[in-house]
Amino acid sequence: MDALQLKRQLITFTELLFREGFLDEQFHQLQQLQDEKNPNFVVEVVSLFFEDSERLLNELAKALDQQNVDYKKVDAHVHQLKGSSSSIGAQRVQRVCIVFRNYCNEKNVEGCLKCLQQLKHEYAIVKTKLEALFSLEQQILAAGG
Amino acid sequence: MGGNAMVKPTALVVDDNKLNRMIHGKLLDVLGIKNRAVENGEEAIEVHLSGEKFDLILMDRDMPVMNGIEATKKLRAMGIKCMIAGISSHSIGPEKEEFMEAGLDDYHEKPLTVAKLLSLVSKIKN
Repeated sequence: MDALQLKRQLITFTELLFREGFLDEQFHQLQQLQDEKNPNFVVEVVSLFFEDSERLLNELAKALDQQNVDYKKVDAHVHQLKGSSSSIGAQRVQRVCIVFRNYCNEKNVEGCLKCLQQLKHEYAIVKTKLEALFSLEQQILAAGG
Repeated sequence: MGGNAMVKPTALVVDDNKLNRMIHGKLLDVLGIKNRAVENGEEAIEVHLSGEKFDLILMDRDMPVMNGIEATKKLRAMGIKCMIAGISSHSIGPEKEEFMEAGLDDYHEKPLTVAKLLSLVSKIKN
């Protein structure tokens, strides 16, 4: 595929991600911050998001596995994840975090565990989508676009 | 000898979230505003105690060690008069009020955008 076809594919794919609510306007803002001085800004920020999220998801699993769940700790982790996901525009992840915090408030362990599963699911999806997006961008660069 | 004609404003980012520090820092870079970041309210106080001054402080609300409300109150009590903008996830209600009353000049809901930052920068006290 030539650069032009790839570019069209990238536009269609990106529009789909926005339409289906995987990404929101905040992601757009990040793309606008990228320039010649920081050509990899979006990838750097998103990579940090991946690292951070994986760490937090592990911490959440550990915290919810305790005999006496420390809901303050759980809530603190979810708060961090909510902040990060909202900063990069990962809308679906952010939404699950909001529900998760309500369950923390109610000290509802079942609800929390359900949310953790949902978070893992939504995170895995958005990670795959973003990696596909970056892969397309790389292909465009390689094709001279 | 005259003039501060070319002096650019400086900013301090106070946020416990690494991603936010990175993004807010970049937003400020893009607008040509020299900036640095700290992780909580206590570090913000320490930076000022060491003699550094800023034209704008972007203050997150929920942080460990010392949160944004306490940090804002302390900075104002120390005589820091620069613009302090609260950046938080709560848009309305008692949380916002409490934060404003601590001594904020302005308040924006997260996430910060170029437009919100421009509106803050345009209000920086000279």
